Amino acid sequence: MAINILEPGLATTVQDQGRPGYYNVGIPQGGAMDSLSAEMANALAGNTAAEAVLECTYLGPKFTTDTDAVIAVAGAPVDVKVNGEPRPQWSRLELAAGDEVSFGMLRGGTRYYVAVQGGIDVPVVLGSRSTYTLGAVGGFEGRALKAGDVLPVGTALDVGTGGAERTELEEALRPSFDKEVTVRVLPGLYDHRLTEEGLNTLLSATWTLTPVADRTGLRYSGPDIVWKPRVQPFGAGSDPSNIVDAGYAVGSIQIPGGKEPIVLHRDAVSGGGYAMVATVISADMDLLARSAPGTKTSFRAVTLEEALAARAEGRKARSSIWG
Amino acid sequence: MTDTAVQRTDARYTWGGDEFLFVEIAEAMSLAANYKANAMAALLTARSLPGVTDICPANASLLIRFNPDILPPDRLQTEVRAVEDEVAHSSHQTLDTRIIEVPVWYDDPYTRETGARFRKGHQRPDGTDLDFAAEENGLDSPAEFIRRHHESPWLVSMVGFVAGLPFMFQIVPQEDQLEVPKYLSPRTDTPALTVGHGGCFACIYSVRGAGGYQMFGIAAAPIFDPAQRLADFRDFMIFFRPGDIVKFRSVEEAEYRDIQAQVDAGTYTYRQAPVVFDLQRALDDPAAYNRELLERLDGH
Repeated sequence: MAINILEPGLATTVQDQGRPGYYNVGIPQGGAMDSLSAEMANALAGNTAAEAVLECTYLGPKFTTDTDAVIAVAGAPVDVKVNGEPRPQWSRLELAAGDEVSFGMLRGGTRYYVAVQGGIDVPVVLGSRSTYTLGAVGGFEGRALKAGDVLPVGTALDVGTGGAERTELEEALRPSFDKEVTVRVLPGLYDHRLTEEGLNTLLSATWTLTPVADRTGLRYSGPDIVWKPRVQPFGAGSDPSNIVDAGYAVGSIQIPGGKEPIVLHRDAVSGGGYAMVATVISADMDLLARSAPGTKTSFRAVTLEEALAARAEGRKARSSIWG
Repeated sequence: MTDTAVQRTDARYTWGGDEFLFVEIAEAMSLAANYKANAMAALLTARSLPGVTDICPANASLLIRFNPDILPPDRLQTEVRAVEDEVAHSSHQTLDTRIIEVPVWYDDPYTRETGARFRKGHQRPDGTDLDFAAEENGLDSPAEFIRRHHESPWLVSMVGFVAGLPFMFQIVPQEDQLEVPKYLSPRTDTPALTVGHGGCFACIYSVRGAGGYQMFGIAAAPIFDPAQRLADFRDFMIFFRPGDIVKFRSVEEAEYRDIQAQVDAGTYTYRQAPVVFDLQRALDDPAAYNRELLERLDGH
C-alpha cells in the first residue's frame, strides 16, 4: 500500500518518536514536535505510538491512497476533507482506494498529524524514520515531501496487538491550541550570568512568539534582558551572552545579545556559543510545538521536583488515550 | 603555557530541565578542560548506565541526556561526580585516538565568492576573510596565516551544532593560538566543507547553510556521508569524533580536483594513523610533541 502525494503542503515531513543517541555528533532527536497529538493520531488509526506519521505545518498535503485505508487526523484544528466532503478530526476515517484527502486552513496552532494504519514505512535510519532535513537523514529521502512522492505504508497490526480500539477521542482528552500559554521552565545552566533583574524579566514578562519558529527553535519578542558585564573567558566570544561553545539542552532558552529569547526544539542545533539560562520542562515541550506565531507566552519557573511531577502527570494522561 | 595538566577544580553541575545534566568543567577553553570533558565522557560511556541516552562532550563542558523515569537525577549526578573524581585522580592523562590528514584548498573560489556576497557589515568590508584574519593576528599576509593554520595539528574538541560538524582547537600554547572574531552578523549561506574559524576554534561545515565563522578554504573530501558510499563511512555516516587530531594539508586546485574525482569514484580514503594523545606531553613541549604526532601520520 502507498500514499500518493498530489500536493505536498508547506513543510510536510515524516516523523515518529525520534532518534535519541546521536546528539553527541550533532544529529538531533527529531520526532513529532507535538508528540501527544501524533500519538493520538496513531491511536485513532489503530497503530502503536511508534508508527511514523505525517507532520503537517500550516498548509497540509493533498493525497490519495492506492488501496482502502484507515487514517486519522489529530493536532491543530483544521478542516479535513475526503473527496471534498468534510470529515471529522480526532476520529478514525475509512478511505476507499483513490479517495482524495485534503485540508482547509488552520484555525489555530501550527501542526497537525496524519496517521495511516500500518504507519509510513520509510527506511529506519539510525533507529528512526524521522526526517532531519538539514542533514538529509531519515524520512522520505531526507526531505520535506514533494508532489509526486509515493510513500510506502506498512502492514496493519493484527487487532489487539497494541493498536487501540478507540475510534474517536472525546474533547476532554484533546490538547487545546490557545493564544495564551504558560510554559514551565527550570532556571539553571548559565542563569547566573544574567542580572537579577534580567532573570526576573525573563520569568515575568509576556513574550510573543515571532514567525521565526520551526522544528529547530522558536524565537520570542519582548523586553530586553540584561546580562552581567564581565571580562570574557578565553575562547568565549566577546558578548556577555557568549560562552565557550557547549552542548545545548533541548528546550533550553538562550538570549543572544539580550534580545529575543530562542527556545530550542526537537531538531535543535546540538551546541553553540550562547549561554542558556533556563530549560522548558519535558511535559511542556508539546505546548511550544502547538503555539502559533503571535501566541502570548509566559515562562514560569518551577523546581526539578515539580518538573518530574508534571512529567509523571503527563505520562498518566498519555496512557489514558490507550485505555 | 598557563594550562595545568589536570583540571583539578570541581566542575559546576546544573540541570537543563528534567532530561539534561550539564557539567561545566571550566569557563575558559583549554586543552586540559577539553581533555577532562572527553575523558569523563569515555568513562561514563563505559559505565553503560540504563537511562542515559546521550553523552555529549563539548569544548569545556559535558552534556548528558537521561530518562528520569529510569535513572533518577540524583543518582545520575552521583555517578557523574564519581567519574569526574576518577579522571582527576588518574595518574595518566592519555586518550586513545587517531591523527587524520585533511586536504584543504585554501583561498578557494567557492568560499571567496560566498564571502564576497556577505561583505556588507563585515569587519573588513573591502577585503577577504583571510585578509581580516591575517591582520587580526598581526601577520604579514594571508599566506602567512594559511601557513600557521596548517603547520600544527588541531584537536577535535567537540562535534555538533549540525550533523558531524567538528570544532577544533589548535594544539599550541595559548599565545600562539590563531584568534579571529566571528562575523558581526551571521551569513545565510556557507558552502558545505568550508573551513571556518570563530574565536579560537576552527570548524569544517558539514552541510551547506547558515554560519558565522570566517571562511578560509574548502576541504576536498566529505566529512558527512548519509549515503555511506565511501569506505571511511561504512560504519557510520559521520567521520569525526571528539578527540580526533587533525592535520590540515594545503592543496592546490589540481589536487583538489583529483581528490574530488576519487570521491566521485567512491575510492577516496583519508590518510590516518592511530595515536595515543598524552595531555601532559602536549602541554610541556607542544612543538616537540606535535612533531612526534605528525610523524605518526607518516608511519613512523
